[in-house]
Amino acid sequence: MPEMTAISLTVNGQARTLTATPDMPLLWALRQELGLAGPKFGCGAGLCGACTVQIDGQPARACQMPVGAVGTARITTIEGLQRDPLFERLRAAWLEIDVMQCGYCQAGQLLSAHALLKATPQPDAAQIDGAMEGNICRCATYPRIRAAIAKVAKEAGHGR
Amino acid sequence: MGVEAIDRRSFLRVSAALGGGLALEIAVPGRAMAAAATPAELSAYVTIAADGVITITGKNPEIGQGIKTALAMLIAEELDADWARVRVVQADYDPARYPDQFAGGSLATPRNYLPMRQAGAAVRQMLLQAAATRGAVPLAELTTEPGLVVHAPSHRRWTYGELAAAAAHLPLPDPTRVPLKDPRKFRIVGTPQVGVDSAKVLRGEPLFGIDTRQPGQLYAVFESAPAHGGRLKSCDASAAEKAPGVVAVIPLKEAGGAYALVDGVAVVATNYWYAESARTLLKLEWDLSAAKGHSSEAYAAAAKALLDKGAGTSLRKDGDAQARLATASKVVSARYAYPFLAHAPLEPQNCTALYRDGALELWVPSQVPRQAVGMIETRLGIPAARITAHMTRIGGGFGRRLDNNFAVEAAAIAKALPGRPIQLIYSRADDLKRDFYRAAGWHAFQAGLDSGGRLTALTCHAVTFGTDGKPNRACEMDANNFPAGLLADLAYQQSLLPTTIPTGPLRAPRSNAHAWAFQSFLDEVALAAGKDLPQLMLELCAEDRIVGDHSDPAKALSAFSTTRARGVIQRVLADSRWASRPRSGPRALGFGFYFCHYGYFAEVADVTVEVGDYRVNQVWVAGDVGSQLVNPLGAEAQVRGAVIDGLAQAAAQAITFADGAPQQSGFDGFLLGRISATPPIAISWVPSPNPPTGLGEPALPPVIPALTNAIFAASGRRIRSLPIRA
Repeated sequence: MPEMTAISLTVNGQARTLTATPDMPLLWALRQELGLAGPKFGCGAGLCGACTVQIDGQPARACQMPVGAVGTARITTIEGLQRDPLFERLRAAWLEIDVMQCGYCQAGQLLSAHALLKATPQPDAAQIDGAMEGNICRCATYPRIRAAIAKVAKEAGHGR
Repeated sequence: MGVEAIDRRSFLRVSAALGGGLALEIAVPGRAMAAAATPAELSAYVTIAADGVITITGKNPEIGQGIKTALAMLIAEELDADWARVRVVQADYDPARYPDQFAGGSLATPRNYLPMRQAGAAVRQMLLQAAATRGAVPLAELTTEPGLVVHAPSHRRWTYGELAAAAAHLPLPDPTRVPLKDPRKFRIVGTPQVGVDSAKVLRGEPLFGIDTRQPGQLYAVFESAPAHGGRLKSCDASAAEKAPGVVAVIPLKEAGGAYALVDGVAVVATNYWYAESARTLLKLEWDLSAAKGHSSEAYAAAAKALLDKGAGTSLRKDGDAQARLATASKVVSARYAYPFLAHAPLEPQNCTALYRDGALELWVPSQVPRQAVGMIETRLGIPAARITAHMTRIGGGFGRRLDNNFAVEAAAIAKALPGRPIQLIYSRADDLKRDFYRAAGWHAFQAGLDSGGRLTALTCHAVTFGTDGKPNRACEMDANNFPAGLLADLAYQQSLLPTTIPTGPLRAPRSNAHAWAFQSFLDEVALAAGKDLPQLMLELCAEDRIVGDHSDPAKALSAFSTTRARGVIQRVLADSRWASRPRSGPRALGFGFYFCHYGYFAEVADVTVEVGDYRVNQVWVAGDVGSQLVNPLGAEAQVRGAVIDGLAQAAAQAITFADGAPQQSGFDGFLLGRISATPPIAISWVPSPNPPTGLGEPALPPVIPALTNAIFAASGRRIRSLPIRA
């Protein structure tokens, strides 16, 4: 049986320590030990993307990563992107187009979109769908998710 | 069809708001709306602060349907508020002040459209009166601009904030007599408005039920029988109790069955993960004998036997359909079947509860908190008067949270741990296992055509689930299913199968299945008659008719108007260029129409069939929900969401059972729609001079027959059993 131990993490640029069993998924450490509500619990199996965070800048499913295996990797949640210029452009587009309905999946959607545009500033339609395929929106806001990502990409293109 | 389907009698109470300003409560008793309406009052609460900021309380549960925004827009419109200075706060469950605090049936818009406007108009009237007194000018010379009362002759103006304290001391106008705006002068209603909570959600703020955090909070999971109807025989919790983080293991006894509380064992820990891990260490013995034989295959075989036998309980008998069929020049027969479905909202069921000194405090993401509180009172003996229920934002409803077993469980766990706030969380497997499923169903149809290809008779025998001659929850077939009332010889029958599987309403309950079965069969009938489905529909709807009771305002909106049906059918045919599309090759159009939840929707799907699978290229939607959209942004979101939801249901969704146990336990087995399968969706609104009605549901049903009829047109494969990719 796993035993509780002190674990150090770097979350949103800050050093955090918690006591947990190493097998605890990062999601539950973030939500219930460190008090971050942004990453959401949807399926616990890496199939819905509601718990998406970034680990060293790459989108990752926090429900699939044991907290004991994170080590020194940098974890970013939606709470940690508040002054990120690309995130702010995404958030503005999300609001302008009124993407969300219930909103439960949207932090995960934004983190996936953010990682996509960081790596591929001018994605085509297939690249947008490919990057967002792992994020379920049960309300099916997909048409507006596509439109919001395309809008941010287009504005960035014009800004060059 | 009457324009005013909602009784207007109402009254207001007013008082000075804390810190200066005006507080208004409006109550509208005696609504004469749907049969489900309880004889409760409807109320809203408005405050205007001295600085002019207006706070409107949202009374209804927000499940993503946008009601928190839409109802506030109605009040703000007639108040002539500056929308940018309106704040909307969520009410607690408070039946003394706010009746109808529920989200279901697409009812919030039709029930609240007029009362919310009257509330706003009454406040505006008081502000005008206050300005008349202050400026010593005739009331008739005053008008308003957003947030201001204006006296044009003297070029004077007062902010609402300046007037609010004085207005609060004025007598109340009768809200049924205050003038309402001409909708052509609306500044807020009918304009696209972003959801009032969107900015917060997009910063990850803790608004949802599962985000609730109370000091010293613990987390619970609840292990129930693996099969519906199972009973707990024995529990050995010794290993689980010793697991890391575990605080308590609590066996709970059945009280009220699946809809309230079933046998099970709660594991309470300092973190959900510890509770979830420890539950695997429980050694439980279950008596599953009651669930034996309750399997999808057994149900299908029993349904087939009932349909073969042919005689069900009559739901409706117009003329003599059997005699007509006997003399028809052509008879078309077919059977249709659809599976159980789960709701699978993305936020799993959860509820936070704190029991202390005989009182219970709940943070409950419920579509109908009244039912949660009532059930807890009945089953756990905590008086409703000692229960406080906070309504959280809700991560999707779809009808799942109209049933509140999760709240009863949370309350029972909290009651066993007085003084400790506990949050019960369902795993995804729990959520799929403990659902109240859209019922599976089976239909046998027969239709008769005369020598001229006219439909002359229709029969439908439906098999669904029921007990003691009564259909189970959300299982019954609607005796008014189209084309009832438009065909002289028509008969609908129903037979019931016993089940242990709990059923419940899923977005557009019943309609989400019946639209598919009826519109698919009518597509077959139309083709047998040498025409297409829209042509048959337009023939059946050729005369201006109202089917149903439209003299009774309570039923007027439920009555079916052929005029409104034709309006959306013709519009979607034009939008999709139905008549001019080629009729051959692997790409084709399919059509579907349905009327439910007061909304008329006609939809066309453009589908390509290739190598045993299909792709949806586009969907066109034409909808009539009355004279006015409240928030066009929200309205379009509901329609697109419903269409994509319907496409995903039809494509691959099913919950199957083996001896009462669901065979799907996650999103690998129960497949929700994803972005890549989402086609472009074009929406046309067909306004009509009717009261505005809701949009959470009615756009979903017709897309499923539109899809399957298109697959037939493109491939010759008639889909008579869902899901398509079974």
